[in-house]
Amino acid sequence: MPKHKRHKIQDVILGSSTIKEAWENKNPAPYLAGSKKGLDEDLVRFISKEKNEPQWMLEHRLASLKLFYTIPLPQWGPDLRKLNLEQITYYAKAVDRQSQDWKDVPQDIKKTFDRLGIPEAEQKVLAGVGAQYESTVIYHNLKKQFRDQGVIFEDLDVALHEYPDLVKQYFMKCVSPALHKFAALHGAVWSGGTFLYIPKGVKVDMPLQAYFRMNAAGMGQFEHTLIIIEESGVGHYIEGCSAPRYGVDSLHAGCVEVFVKDNAHFRYSSIESWSKDAYNLNTKRAIVGRDAHMEWVGGNFGSAITMLYPCSVLAGIGASADHLGLAFANKGQKQDTGAKVIHIASNTSSKIQMKSISKNGGISIYRGLLDVRSGAENVVSNINCDALILDDISQSQTVPEMKIANQSATVAHEASAGKINEDDIFYLCSRGLAPEEAATMIVNGFINPIAKELPLEYALEMNRMIELEMEGSVG
Amino acid sequence: MKTLLSIKNLFAGIGAKEILKGVNMNIGSKEMHVIMGPNGSGKSTLANVLMGNPKFSHLSGEIIFRNKNIKSESPDKRAAMGLFLAFQYPREISGVALNRFLFLAYSKLKSGKDKKYKQISVFEFQEKLQEEMKKLKINSELTSRGINEGFSGGEKKKAEMLQLGILDPEMAILDETDSGLDVDALKIVAEAINRFSKKNKAVLLVTHYQRLLKYLNPNFIHVMIDGKIVQSGGPELVKKIEKEGYGNFLNG
Repeated sequence: MPKHKRHKIQDVILGSSTIKEAWENKNPAPYLAGSKKGLDEDLVRFISKEKNEPQWMLEHRLASLKLFYTIPLPQWGPDLRKLNLEQITYYAKAVDRQSQDWKDVPQDIKKTFDRLGIPEAEQKVLAGVGAQYESTVIYHNLKKQFRDQGVIFEDLDVALHEYPDLVKQYFMKCVSPALHKFAALHGAVWSGGTFLYIPKGVKVDMPLQAYFRMNAAGMGQFEHTLIIIEESGVGHYIEGCSAPRYGVDSLHAGCVEVFVKDNAHFRYSSIESWSKDAYNLNTKRAIVGRDAHMEWVGGNFGSAITMLYPCSVLAGIGASADHLGLAFANKGQKQDTGAKVIHIASNTSSKIQMKSISKNGGISIYRGLLDVRSGAENVVSNINCDALILDDISQSQTVPEMKIANQSATVAHEASAGKINEDDIFYLCSRGLAPEEAATMIVNGFINPIAKELPLEYALEMNRMIELEMEGSVG
Repeated sequence: MKTLLSIKNLFAGIGAKEILKGVNMNIGSKEMHVIMGPNGSGKSTLANVLMGNPKFSHLSGEIIFRNKNIKSESPDKRAAMGLFLAFQYPREISGVALNRFLFLAYSKLKSGKDKKYKQISVFEFQEKLQEEMKKLKINSELTSRGINEGFSGGEKKKAEMLQLGILDPEMAILDETDSGLDVDALKIVAEAINRFSKKNKAVLLVTHYQRLLKYLNPNFIHVMIDGKIVQSGGPELVKKIEKEGYGNFLNG
């Protein structure tokens, strides 16, 4: 491929200013015309009224807003002072957004979607065009199969009206708005998202996917995912956004709450790829019951700054959690990701495996917290972090924090950081692979332990994302 | 006979150290050549420099392969032209399945060689692979593992022969392919080399010992000492080395 063309595609993926301008010039974002920037009580009341929400939700939003004003920015991790919270559009009506036409989407972006192998129907959703229709279709297919067993899989805005008691019982009970500034912000302006309820003993044996819906919700930047797995239930939920988004807003503060009841098994998988000027400050947390098991599988691409540390609270005796994560930090990116596990009950165990790749000046940071409470006997925890640094200007850091208040705990922590071995590249090249192909192959091999935990189509997509990120990596 | 590879006054080193000090050699398109010599004489360096290992520097002289000076070509270009190196220490690359990697390399080399090449299906390729593996007595589970991942020494060397058989180059450079093999594996590897050679392909075998040679019929033997070919001859040279060691060459 000629170099200039490669860069063009790269730019689309990176959401660079040129492409962003082209996109904005061609599509002047009419859905934002009636929206305003910045945040105040009027806006919060407006959102709640627009959605025709019950009084308790309005009160929740207003209480969260108060917290947002009082809680300071985090005093650790990446510098967030450049994030201008006054310049963010916190709410835009998704309906207006659909007036955009697929034929108005720039050719370059369509091409990128093609390269990622995303079917046209999905592409339309990802580009923010004509989302509702396709998503509804997908949605009902899923419903049909599991409705009889009592499974609920809905848009959270819809669920709030159809299952008000269930939502009220759990909403932000796992992630409190008081947790940090962006959880508070989320509590005030959240919009859209997923509600998943699996009743007692029901085993949903196929992954429930929110590929479409997450994007269909319009802006989706404060989406809320609420998941409840009742006793002995089994489920796997996966959401992916493997294409860049072209939002004008640059802050994503989503929230995922998972309640895994006794003996239940749940896996949450996600691939996130926000545009590369975005702040991705996402909060994900699960409360895990007796002998229950929670798995987090995540891939983080995109965004300028990511702060994401999925958390498992092992509250029931014998509860366990697996955290598998991957972060790719390219030029101008800080991927501050990791895992938090809080062992409250005895005989709980956790396994954390994180892989990071840093390239072209990108910075990957593993930030972890292992918190073993005094009453938790016989805790076992294994933490493993591997970093691959692709050049001399990129970085990787590991910040593992451990608070062990019970001496019966068995904790192992291993970390490694390294570069791609030149001999490996030569070996693969001697079989006819170009250096870039060889490097990409090695990186895909490096992330394989995580990719293999994803359903095939997501694993393939992740491999393609790696290929795109690796372009221009050699020579 | 047509000359396939012609090495002219080749110098190369690593860092400040000079290793090859003016190597000259011609290899015909159907010939089997063997380079023998004591440890540290530069045999492996020659094999690596011929394939284009970027680790080696201060290159001068010429490497003419198929009428083209490939001294500055990248390893993948050399592979595309039909050169293959079986490594003394094959790399272990975890997470990249050997069969997937080989399918990619095979498709790439084939389509580069023949514009009209129609890509075969994964299924057809698997059959081809199985057939080749049977000849080499390779456990079929091995190819779905990472490249050489957790392979024994012998399995690694057999896997190199598997790649040779599948990729089917014009010339194979075999770097100490006999090291670390038991007698059974040695025979299997020798058979693979003979199969390849019988397709009228060129072989350059680099070895320290003669034990592999009793299964092969090389045309020429070269003795390398201190970065130079000090003597060349027919198979009878092997006997001489067997009897006298390299001592006489050192003094010569």
